[in-house]
Amino acid sequence: MTSTAKSSWSRTRHTGAAAVALTAAAALLAGCSSGDTSDNPLAGEKAKAGTVVVGSNNFAESTLLADIYGEALKAKGIKVTYKHNIGSRETTYGLMKNGTVTVLPEYNGSLLAYLDPKAEQKSAEAVNEAVKAKLDKKLTILQSSPAEDKDSVTVNAQTAKKYKLTSSSTLADLKEAAPDLVIGGSPEFQTRHQGLEGLKSVYGLEFKSFKALDAGGPLTQAALTRNTVQAADIFTTDPTIVKEKFVVLKDPENLFGFANVTPLVHKSGLSKEGVDALDAVSAKLDTKTLLELDAQVQLEKKDPLDVAKTWLKSAGLA
Amino acid sequence: MNGFLDGSFDIPSDLQHSWLGLIGLHLREALLPVLAGLLLALPLAQLCVRFRWLYPPVLGATTVLYAIPSLAFFVVLIDYTGQTELTVMIPLAVYSLVVLVPAIVDGVRSVPQETLAAATAMGFGPVRRYLQVQLPIAVPAIMAGLRVATASSISLVSVGALIGNQGALGNLLAAAQKYDRPELAVNSVLTTAALAIVCDALLVLLRVALTPWMPNGRRPRTAARQRPVPEDVIR
Amino acid sequence: MNVLNFVNAFFSDSAHWHGYDGIPQRLLEHVRYSLLALALAAAIGLPVGLLTGHTGRGGNALAFIATAARALPSFGLLVLIVILMGFGLLPVMIPLVILAVPPILVTTYEAVRSVDPAPVDAARGMGMRESRILFQVELPVALPLILSGLRSAAIQIVSTATIAAYVSLGGLGRYIVDGLYQRDYEKVVGGATLVAVLALVTLAVFWAAGRLAVSPGVRRR
Repeated sequence: MTSTAKSSWSRTRHTGAAAVALTAAAALLAGCSSGDTSDNPLAGEKAKAGTVVVGSNNFAESTLLADIYGEALKAKGIKVTYKHNIGSRETTYGLMKNGTVTVLPEYNGSLLAYLDPKAEQKSAEAVNEAVKAKLDKKLTILQSSPAEDKDSVTVNAQTAKKYKLTSSSTLADLKEAAPDLVIGGSPEFQTRHQGLEGLKSVYGLEFKSFKALDAGGPLTQAALTRNTVQAADIFTTDPTIVKEKFVVLKDPENLFGFANVTPLVHKSGLSKEGVDALDAVSAKLDTKTLLELDAQVQLEKKDPLDVAKTWLKSAGLA
Repeated sequence: MNGFLDGSFDIPSDLQHSWLGLIGLHLREALLPVLAGLLLALPLAQLCVRFRWLYPPVLGATTVLYAIPSLAFFVVLIDYTGQTELTVMIPLAVYSLVVLVPAIVDGVRSVPQETLAAATAMGFGPVRRYLQVQLPIAVPAIMAGLRVATASSISLVSVGALIGNQGALGNLLAAAQKYDRPELAVNSVLTTAALAIVCDALLVLLRVALTPWMPNGRRPRTAARQRPVPEDVIR
Repeated sequence: MNVLNFVNAFFSDSAHWHGYDGIPQRLLEHVRYSLLALALAAAIGLPVGLLTGHTGRGGNALAFIATAARALPSFGLLVLIVILMGFGLLPVMIPLVILAVPPILVTTYEAVRSVDPAPVDAARGMGMRESRILFQVELPVALPLILSGLRSAAIQIVSTATIAAYVSLGGLGRYIVDGLYQRDYEKVVGGATLVAVLALVTLAVFWAAGRLAVSPGVRRR
């Protein structure tokens, strides 16, 4: 090691450099930690007063609906920040409860099934009443829109042909075939009542196996198209159903219940004005509109925020 | 092809950042943990050098920590730190620490006994000897560790996309799936790789600047060359 | 304490022990992905590393390739390939192999390069052919380092193979991803524990391999 002898002359330089580096590092870290507390929900700091945090789950329609809610609120002069693509309901419900998220697009019956898996779903009104009763005290739902987007068990064209299933077939008709079929859906579908559990207890369906995909997104669509799975949980407003000739099986026992788009809100976070704005959105949003808007995002690849703004303008809400 | 390229910089609004914004965020989420890891690793490594018996258990513990998949780490942390950048950064800091401790220990230990003796003879106290002799000589080994830690940190930030838009450039991957736009995934992978290469090059330059006695930053060709630090020990 | 409760709950639930989502099945899948990826990476990294290390040429090119490969994000690559190619084993293998080649390649190169030149010269002086020098002189001496490169690659593969679950494949990552979406910590912690145990088993296997394969003379140094 000839280097050691030489290192003495550069000694001062090293100490200097080290000192500079350490100071810089300390400054950066200090900056980092103070920066983090501001958006750390568990640091005890709730969303800044007056700012509404609109969240969304990890699928395209949820992002779109969140944008619609957020922009409608902004049009009324309310301050809005977004927290997109959070995850599944299992995660978002917790964030709603602790106030990290103020507004979230939900589906009334699906939410009820999460809160109370055994609840019967007879009518949309009854569902909403039941949801309000079961919700955490700090939360409530606003008026539901007529727009509906349910989970469904949908088979691909070749499976439909093989087992002679048509659009008038029901889930019960799948009983014979189910043990030969692989069903796909989001990972949470595996344990939800509105999922494998309910399919078994309500319709007696037991599938060969379950393949975890995404929440009715491109993985699911691709898996069903390529016959990696023969049946899958697909949202009824999914534009690929028509495109790929998938067959949606009827659900006479209402396992998947009602699924009207409904804002879930943290009570203390939203003013009367905000509630009115969201109610106005719900009044104008129907299933046909939702399908069109979904198609613009998923098939025409428009940005959801632009789609939301354009629709709000055309509906006279912004 | 032109449309393809256009589209790949057309970042969906729900990511709430421009392409450059995502890059900034990515660098912050990747590099701060490395820095934190380094600041923790230096004293810890010094303890391991000082008390030899401490090194094997520390090495064992760090290996187990390193084996925990990043995603599991993130998910468990959500309960404590929420779905925030911090949740992504803590595991990355731990991984960096795991990489850096052995690198520093081996680097400092590789300083020949006679060098230390010479320093003592010149009247250096232990602190001064550590800062002015051992640490500078260990710089190449430390920098090798820093390069590995930085590359892995930049790569792992992307996994944060799974816990809700916390993956910076990785969020583009989720968006690519959600909106069926593969060009966003291409953008994500290439940009992340470019960041890693640029950071690596900067670290190499930094090492050259910090070790002026080494010929041109290349590895010395003499027989007295240091025994190579095995990747695994670095890790 | 909490974590231990989760671990206990996960492993004592009999539902986790059978079927397509049972621990044996997922463990088997994980080991299968890992071994295949390690074999492929070794098939690429070892010969190239040995050759370049022996000739001493291409070190800079090698360092560049290793840096570039390390720079590619595994998770991003996986998602990209799945979007472009669809599901299957291949999309998972590509990122895992790219992840594992650099440590094998670089360590093998360095290991052969760092062999004391004296015995190599002696062997050459005795008239040994280059291939015999490589396999009978350099390789035995370099073996401990080469094994450490393989070991480090194996551990990274075992830990990273979990991301396969994000694109709908099996393996132990299934528990972690499903647990995330189902908000089921038991599964996440159970899955992570299994991965960590598998990594420790990997360490043990390599330690044993080192004991068996490395000549006592080399080991003592």
